[in-house]
Amino acid sequence: MRHPGDPILAISLEPKLSWRTIKSFVMSGLMIAAFVAITIPLVLIIYSLVARGAPVALKAFPDFFTAAIPIVSRRSGPGMGPAIVGTLLCTGGATLIAVPLGILGAVYLHEYGKMSAFARLVRFMAMVMTGVPSIVMGLFVYVLWTMRFGYSAFGGALALACLMLPIVIGATEQMLRLVPDHMREAAYALGATKSRVILTVVLPAALPGILSGCLLAVARAAGETAPLLFTIGAATAYNPHLFENANTALSVQIFGNATSSFAAAQERAWGAALTLVVLTFLLTLVARIVAARFAAKR
Amino acid sequence: MAEPLHLRGTPSRSDQAFRGLAIGAAAVVLLVLALIAIEMSGRMGPVLDRMGFDYFTSRRWSPGERLFGALPFLWGTLYTAIIALVLAVPVSLLVALFVTQLASPAVRKPIVYVLDLLAVVPSVVYGLWGVLVLAQPLQKVFLAIHNAVDGIPGLQSIFGASPQGRSFMTAGIILAIMITPIITSLAREVIETTPQNEKEAAYALGATRWEMIRASVLPHAKGGLVGAVMLGLGRAMGETIAAALVIGSSIGQITINAFAPGNSMPAVIANEWGEADQLHKSAMIALALLLFAITVIVNLVSSAIVQRSLRRSRGTA
Amino acid sequence: MLQTALTEPTRPSQPGYRDSASDIPMAAATEAHALFVLDKLEVFYGSFRAVRDVTLQIHANEITAFIGPSGCGKTTVLRCLNRMNDLIPGARVGGTIAYHGIDLYGDEVSATEVRRRIGMVFQKPNPFPKSIYENIAYGPRINGVRDRGKLDQIVEKSLRAAALWDEVKDRLHGSALAMSGGQQQRLCIARTIAVEPEVVLMDEPCSALDPIATARIEELMRELKRTYTIVIVTHNMQQAARVSDRTAFFTAELDPKAERRTGVLVEYDTTSRIFSNPRDERTENYITGRFG
Repeated sequence: MRHPGDPILAISLEPKLSWRTIKSFVMSGLMIAAFVAITIPLVLIIYSLVARGAPVALKAFPDFFTAAIPIVSRRSGPGMGPAIVGTLLCTGGATLIAVPLGILGAVYLHEYGKMSAFARLVRFMAMVMTGVPSIVMGLFVYVLWTMRFGYSAFGGALALACLMLPIVIGATEQMLRLVPDHMREAAYALGATKSRVILTVVLPAALPGILSGCLLAVARAAGETAPLLFTIGAATAYNPHLFENANTALSVQIFGNATSSFAAAQERAWGAALTLVVLTFLLTLVARIVAARFAAKR
Repeated sequence: MAEPLHLRGTPSRSDQAFRGLAIGAAAVVLLVLALIAIEMSGRMGPVLDRMGFDYFTSRRWSPGERLFGALPFLWGTLYTAIIALVLAVPVSLLVALFVTQLASPAVRKPIVYVLDLLAVVPSVVYGLWGVLVLAQPLQKVFLAIHNAVDGIPGLQSIFGASPQGRSFMTAGIILAIMITPIITSLAREVIETTPQNEKEAAYALGATRWEMIRASVLPHAKGGLVGAVMLGLGRAMGETIAAALVIGSSIGQITINAFAPGNSMPAVIANEWGEADQLHKSAMIALALLLFAITVIVNLVSSAIVQRSLRRSRGTA
Repeated sequence: MLQTALTEPTRPSQPGYRDSASDIPMAAATEAHALFVLDKLEVFYGSFRAVRDVTLQIHANEITAFIGPSGCGKTTVLRCLNRMNDLIPGARVGGTIAYHGIDLYGDEVSATEVRRRIGMVFQKPNPFPKSIYENIAYGPRINGVRDRGKLDQIVEKSLRAAALWDEVKDRLHGSALAMSGGQQQRLCIARTIAVEPEVVLMDEPCSALDPIATARIEELMRELKRTYTIVIVTHNMQQAARVSDRTAFFTAELDPKAERRTGVLVEYDTTSRIFSNPRDERTENYITGRFG
């Protein structure tokens, strides 16, 4: 206790170097190191993609994207044309199947079913479905379709659609939840039927968010390999038909060429990889922009 | 509206039709999962007839001799996933803590971009990079490590002899890179539910940043972090293509030598499918169903844990 | 109750018209020109009775106000009049509401049809995230009006009636969300009258608005009552005194069985009588500000 007249002791408030502060400092250092650790692979991968893929992809542009795949894989030079067509076919087909089904399914879950037993079951199963490994989806469609109808891009589309469906449902339901109820009430009060309210007020309001979610699902599907390996076969020829004959895709080509002993085939793999990465990056970027616009508008 | 007053009406045909469509679409989810279970377990028949329960316990996988045992691949899947977790979890948690506690908003953005980009790279590209760029240099690194721990009993077996560029360890590394964004994102979500006033309480008592994290953040986030880790586990086990390219595709090795070439369930399916006959295919379908069951269980458990932790934290926030 | 001496309406579009050829069951009507006859109305949410014993008549071309403290069921009763409570799961109605002699909750009555005749303006303005034009055209469109010219006419007419035309006529295709709160609420009123309902229900329409916007809407209400019948729920007694012809006072009673409060109608009379000479003590306490 201080009495009047006691000398005032000097107090030091400077930081003390102690074990505690060192430990905290070290941990902070580790955190930064961790961040650097994850950046390194990304940088290295992008570097490899550009350094090894760009020469092949951009030499004699646009040959790489339009020329046929050399049947003799030893031969160097482009291209990946058929693979690009195949990727577009499979991904496009999958989108046409999964997006309408997914949006309608989410509409059921949020607008009609809500907390009913059936709706909860579907929601739960959709969550389970997001965790199914893509190889299982591929084998499933193999057993269901390919064994009966042969290889085709449509089989690939089916497999990719199975992968996309739960993603679209989840993203759409989330967006529907963000549409405020009072908007629905206003429409009901004007005498609109439930389907009208959903189609003319709710879905348009949620559209940008739904679009963003779908784009992310498409980006994911475009990059997948396993579902296609078992369903589209291994063609090298240009095949724009959805239902007939085996097909190929960028991801499948990369997989096949990665283990090839021919440098030329490996080069093409890098070119295809660069193309695929650019495609998925672009889709993701557009998805993020659309989502940001949506958030800003609300 | 000059019509006679009538308020009669039943729900219109088109309204009903729309509702029906929506219900149908929702039912597709159930349909697909049911079909997966039914169709694929149907195809398991041949191999189970041939091998019986031994399928799950035998170590021999020899298509030529019509012998199929799933054990090596179960081991490979598990081992690579463990390696991946050992590498990814500390890094992910540190990054998550970094983003939520340490980094200024300006720094936060690029970190999130990096994580997003890592998540978007297709797995086949990871595999390509792994096998063509990483494998060779890694082999040298592995050799150096092996020599360094020579003589130390436990480590010597793990970082074992004749290291290969394509091995359990390489697959583990690639998988670790792939699952880091997922674990980090979920960990961030869980950590952010820590109530601000609890953090302030720690600081007010004179705690350093790290002490505050230990006292306030980690206890809250514990359950959720476990869930996040399990989600990463599920993802690592199910990852097919990247693993298939770098795991080494050996047959039948159950070894703790991480530097040895190995195999995993999805990898062997991807690699051997092309030239398989009916019985062989049936065996691989059985593997796929096994993988399906395991990953679904892991994912469900992890979701349950994360949901519970989030609900609990939000309740007190 | 006061008798209003109106000439017998002969055309369907005039308020009060009754279609004698209707074969829908008629509930007992006690007033010749009462548009709505509520008889012992009660509303349940699940097993909880939110409001009970509401018996009153709402007259055509008048403004009827529901006043009372929070939680006394005014909004609940209002939402019964256009079957909006149907949207709440577990909501149930007892007693009867007769509209033009037709039981609103009868088996053959369609809620959608009801809402086309009885419109609603909500507490917080809720325009659609579309253009001003599209907001107003929404109602007529779902009623089958496709012709662009006709729609243009309806939009202008409704905006004029809502006293909004001059302010927005040059930006009909701009976003409805880019307007002030008061303007948005007038837009919602315009949107409601664009379908030419007979009745406009208003649930505390001015509570989210500033006094100037409030005054404009009160002025609008007086204009509108010449064509429409208006029922308004309001927290603001003075507002009820200013604009309404009749006032119903509700209060909340602690239900002895449940632990929640049930709303009940205390008194219903012409506004002048309610505010100068209320019959019930509770009404008097509320009006003089002793509680509420």
